[in-house]
Amino acid sequence: MIWRVIGQIARAGICTEPAPDIGSDAQAQSARIQTELLNILGQALCIRQVDAGSCNGCELEINALGNPYYNIEGLGIKFVASPRHADLLLVTGPVSRNMEMALKRTYEATPEPKLVVAVGDCGCDGGIFGESYASCGRVANVVPVDVTVPGCPPEPLEILRGILQAVRRRVKAKE
Amino acid sequence: MKIPGLDLEFVALAAPVPIWYAQVTGPQWLQAATTVRDEGGRLLALWASDATFSIAADAIDTRAGAVFVAYVRQGGVIWLALPLEIKNGCPVYPDLAPLFPVAARMQRAGTDLSGIHAESAIDTRAWLNHGAWASDHFPLRQDPQALPQPLPGALTDYPFVRVEGDGVHEIAVGPVHAGIIEPGHFRFSVVGERVLRLEQRLGYTHKGIEQRITQLAPKEAHKLAGRVSGDSTVAYAWGYCMALESACQVTIPPRAAWLRALMLERERIANHLGDLGAMGNDVAYAFGLAQFSRLREDWQRSSKAAFGHRFMMDCIVPGGVSGDISLEHKDQMLVHCQALELQVRRLFDIYEAHAGLQDRFMVTGRVTPELAAQLGLTGLAGRASGQARDLRCDHPFAPYSELHVKMASHHRGDVGARAAVRFDEVFESIRLIRQMLGALPSGPVQCELTLPAKPTKGAGWVEGWRGEVFVALELAGVDDGNRILRCHLHDPSWQNWPVLEHAIMHNIVADFPLINKSFNLSYSGQDL
Repeated sequence: MIWRVIGQIARAGICTEPAPDIGSDAQAQSARIQTELLNILGQALCIRQVDAGSCNGCELEINALGNPYYNIEGLGIKFVASPRHADLLLVTGPVSRNMEMALKRTYEATPEPKLVVAVGDCGCDGGIFGESYASCGRVANVVPVDVTVPGCPPEPLEILRGILQAVRRRVKAKE
Repeated sequence: MKIPGLDLEFVALAAPVPIWYAQVTGPQWLQAATTVRDEGGRLLALWASDATFSIAADAIDTRAGAVFVAYVRQGGVIWLALPLEIKNGCPVYPDLAPLFPVAARMQRAGTDLSGIHAESAIDTRAWLNHGAWASDHFPLRQDPQALPQPLPGALTDYPFVRVEGDGVHEIAVGPVHAGIIEPGHFRFSVVGERVLRLEQRLGYTHKGIEQRITQLAPKEAHKLAGRVSGDSTVAYAWGYCMALESACQVTIPPRAAWLRALMLERERIANHLGDLGAMGNDVAYAFGLAQFSRLREDWQRSSKAAFGHRFMMDCIVPGGVSGDISLEHKDQMLVHCQALELQVRRLFDIYEAHAGLQDRFMVTGRVTPELAAQLGLTGLAGRASGQARDLRCDHPFAPYSELHVKMASHHRGDVGARAAVRFDEVFESIRLIRQMLGALPSGPVQCELTLPAKPTKGAGWVEGWRGEVFVALELAGVDDGNRILRCHLHDPSWQNWPVLEHAIMHNIVADFPLINKSFNLSYSGQDL
């Protein structure tokens, strides 16, 4: 049994790909990302994901960040179960009116310094759902947003790029 | 189509699946329900329509529409319309929940969105309206071209059912969950570790899709339909397009139908791979997650290469599909199918032989076939509990009529059975994709649609990876700008969420994530 598992692991090999380039001044090599994260946070980057009303397409791509290709944990980034443990909120939208309060409370529960990345066209501008009796539209209508990642849904690499940009901004502010 | 003992005039819709429409009276409404239940039929969807508000010439209250119900019988779907009766200023209809428990939440949603009431219903708590809009404001009764300014209110407390007794305590979970999943609230009543009762409160992702869709042009609305539940975007887009094409009385070119089915099977495989990995992860088998998520990523990348989108969003369009696949991608897909099959077989053997994993999968979250039949469990979860129904086999339309789909079916009804159905369906879908690629008919992949001149109904019915997606569409005529008067998009999660409340009973709290994942229901699909 265990030989079959080992055989499968060996055959699959390591398929992790390099982290995305986020601009010439910030070549995002994983060692550098880790150092930056340590500099700014003194620890791994902890993300609390909040689905504030999405169609679940964005969630699928955020989940994909954990697969061996993107290997987000290898960069020192992990998803946590509580906003109280989080440095960054990754929010998908549109923010439904039924989730507005839950999102605000999640934001309030996140310790400073906190970053917010809005993921997906709906999170950026309300998308196809817009604003209505049931939808508050974009995430920025409910909580302050640092970085937006457009796309329907944005591909995992774009989401990772958005996360790194948000952190990078904080690093620059500190410098 | 006939219902024994009822004299109804059924009209067949021009869809590739058998769907009949008829209007009934109050007594016929109940008699039809009883007959369908007694012959082993199921309730597929229940919704209200105010479509008459702009087309009824002689209506006294132009806002009083109809309540619709769709049943699945041996010969196909029957869509029944009951014009609403006004009692004490309130539109009412006979309650169906005593006959079909699954109707209860749909009826509550009908009250929230359209202000119609099931007479003498036991549970009248609001379902989708959490207080964010006034209880006397009915979103689906508004004129979509002149919507009032939203007046958001404060969210209200929900009267959960309290379990009392020695040692009973409650665990409240959500709406923001611990993982990367959609929002919803679960209230567990437990003694020690054992769950006595689970009550769900959903509706958190309600974003007004059914109102929004009436603001869109019929030939554009497939994009919104494809975003009802992102994981089922192909199934929804096809369902909507089938409804629109049936209203327009158009048969799409054969190659378009085959490419749609190719995408649907690709979507099924992608989701099953994801779930098999996640279920492994929920029993602390990280190897399973790593392997299956890798396979899923490969699969999505090849969807992007062939169709231009990792989920094939917006690839199905009214009249056909948005583009053809190249010979090169066809060959790549065949090679990929072979590699995938080999790897999934290997992983299947490992899952089967892993004692620790099987120990957690077996007898966990069991839904017996009897309970499944009573509560109307559908789709892949239904097939894991002896409900041998699959639209691709029961009413095969092109291209399934030529593919002879082999249905996966199990009787244990536990987490293990739901995993086994997924494995079986992955292998079967790989076979189907191969067969389709080998026999793709040539010709155009899209045709022109002419919107009907008169108000028309259309319907679509598709077996998505989770279960059957049903779309009912009412179009206005040319006099009213060919608008969408009403479009109801029904997710199989409506049927399966209430069954999950039963599946968790007497299991331990720690097994809930696993049981929940084994169903993997859509929040967004049922919240709309």
